[in-house]
Amino acid sequence: MLKSFFLKAVAATALSFSTWASAQAVDLQFYFPVAVGGKAAETIQELTDEYVAQNPDVNIDAVYAGSYQDTVAKAITASRGGNPPQLSVILSVDMFTLIDEDLIIPFDDYLTTDEDKTWLEGFYPAFMENSQTGGKTYGIPFQRSTPVLYWNKAAFEDAGLDPDVAPATWDEMVSFSKKLTKKDASGKATQWGVRIPSSGFPYWLFQGLAIENGAVLANAEGNKTYFDDPKVVEALQYLVDLSTEYGVMAPGIIEWGATPKAFFEGQTAMMWTSTGNLTNVRDNAPFKFGVAMLPEKVQRGAPTGGGNFYLFKGASDEQNKAAVKFVQWITAPEQSAKWTIATGYVAPRPETWETDTMKAYAADFAPALVARDQLEFAKAELSTYQNQRVTGIFNDALAAAITGKKDAETALKEAQAEADKILAEYR
Amino acid sequence: MRGLIFRREWITGWLLLLPALVFLFAFTHIPAVTTILNSFFSTPRGRRQAKFIGLDNYERMIADPVFWKVLWNNLWFALGTIPVSVALAIIMALWVNEKLLGRSFVRMAYFTPTVLPLIAVANIWLFFYTPGFGLFDQITGTLFGWPATNYLGNPDTALNAIIVVTVWKEAGFFMIFYLAALQSIPVNLKEAAQIEGAGRWTIFRRITFPLLMPTTLFVCVNAVINSFRLVDHIFILTDGGPDNASALLLFYIYEVAFRFWETAYGATLTVALLILLSLLAISQFFFFDRKVHYK
Repeated sequence: MLKSFFLKAVAATALSFSTWASAQAVDLQFYFPVAVGGKAAETIQELTDEYVAQNPDVNIDAVYAGSYQDTVAKAITASRGGNPPQLSVILSVDMFTLIDEDLIIPFDDYLTTDEDKTWLEGFYPAFMENSQTGGKTYGIPFQRSTPVLYWNKAAFEDAGLDPDVAPATWDEMVSFSKKLTKKDASGKATQWGVRIPSSGFPYWLFQGLAIENGAVLANAEGNKTYFDDPKVVEALQYLVDLSTEYGVMAPGIIEWGATPKAFFEGQTAMMWTSTGNLTNVRDNAPFKFGVAMLPEKVQRGAPTGGGNFYLFKGASDEQNKAAVKFVQWITAPEQSAKWTIATGYVAPRPETWETDTMKAYAADFAPALVARDQLEFAKAELSTYQNQRVTGIFNDALAAAITGKKDAETALKEAQAEADKILAEYR
Repeated sequence: MRGLIFRREWITGWLLLLPALVFLFAFTHIPAVTTILNSFFSTPRGRRQAKFIGLDNYERMIADPVFWKVLWNNLWFALGTIPVSVALAIIMALWVNEKLLGRSFVRMAYFTPTVLPLIAVANIWLFFYTPGFGLFDQITGTLFGWPATNYLGNPDTALNAIIVVTVWKEAGFFMIFYLAALQSIPVNLKEAAQIEGAGRWTIFRRITFPLLMPTTLFVCVNAVINSFRLVDHIFILTDGGPDNASALLLFYIYEVAFRFWETAYGATLTVALLILLSLLAISQFFFFDRKVHYK
């Protein structure tokens, strides 16, 4: 809190000085969140400074705005107060909310040349699913991630498994996990087979299971959910069974934040978590580890996640043009490679992976490629109108099933009925 | 002439009051009235203006199972935190009021939780509660061989785990008030009782505790307010989960207003909270006050 206050104070002072210094240049205010450890904030600041140094006709004030949640709250409040930022990085799933609040404008009006259109097509389609609706592009992918499976090679070896092979299917994940789960004489687990965290936003990792089972959680218009689809119920039952039926995962709600630590401590032999943790695991795991795509049921699959650039209403034409130019620059291969290496986020454009920097990085650290290869099977993250509320209902249903308060089918049926009530007015 | 002087005094008086009034109105009265007004309107979205919908928001609140759940949780939270933290505060105050070795150190130790920011201590407690390698599990695991317990991830224990943190945080703060009150009780009362042959328990029950009543009233009012006000640690420890098992009323209001952006419904819930708090405060002063012995 203190840090963000300090940063804001510094940013505000810097802004007033820079406004005064170059009254002729276009001023842009740009909010960004930081959701992972590492050097995310410093890297964004560095990149912005570099751009401003190259382009004296523009001033960019990059404001660190806290978590994703804080950033969207700040952007909405600032806009309502008549002082919106021109540019902000916000969760891709908040797109419908921002449209509904009438706060953002599509990028299309500023991407008119053929060159611009080709540029827009240069992003991975999986990332664009959460960025476009009604034929318009509202978000430009920037800090995007996807969940992957990490496994402890030493634990695999101890259990008599091939340390270089990760489970490829749901059944394999169960059978591997059974071998990996260690219990002491009193029946107390000292090492679990697998860990799929479920605190805070259980819907995200659960969506991986749902997609693998061939289910879709919401339509592309963001006004209909399919929570009670039998395939979704089956996926939830599988998640619940991991601890109740097969006994290979800790019971109850599993903390997201403590998951990497539990993995390092050998509490679990496999974990599901974001690629955003890649650098963290690489630096801290005291054993050899592997990274694999999530296992399949009827197909491979994973949700995408993370943040997009949005253009806010209320800016001048000039400001919008400058903002779009900046977005094009920061997502360009060299800058994007720097960003990916510093954080572990997946570079959103295939051409980034062709740069020498990225090739050298991938050659040195092959797991970085897993997330990229998984994108082929990735689907849009759950996103609807009134997104936080609808996913909140879904999260509650998942938590109720995981803690055994309701069975999977009842919980999801109730959640679907609630979501229908909210979304009816958007159809 | 007299009228003029009276008028001038009157103006001076109002001018002196003005700074305080401006803040009182800007930050208390106007927001409260706006909140009540907003609760009768629909939530404005970018494309749709707010419109008057009468009591719809209140009907929704009464039909909202989450509202009743958080209200119920809040009741348990109040019942779990207030008596325990007040009793602990009295015991700790009596203990550190005695002459004992390292008295200031013990006092400081008891008071430390109050000084620490709740968000920071919540992060420490999060580690205490972590299943497997958390402090509690390491202790119970080594001493009794208990299996890993997921205190925060189980709907039956999540709220209790939060209550424990709150009691730990609050008891030291209340202790300070009791300590001050204890030191203002004249020693001769205790000495007189001892001459009459009263035991320690009788002295506490008949003399010390009744004389502490004004402090107890004050502490209780504060404890009740805090039981509706202290939600910071919930954001860190459980985020209201699992399935709202540890969400309290104020936490739910924040969630509705600033996560779901349903400001009108948030205003309605706030009105409910306001009514509840005023009822509690009024009843405390009216009923409790009679039993309080002031000097």
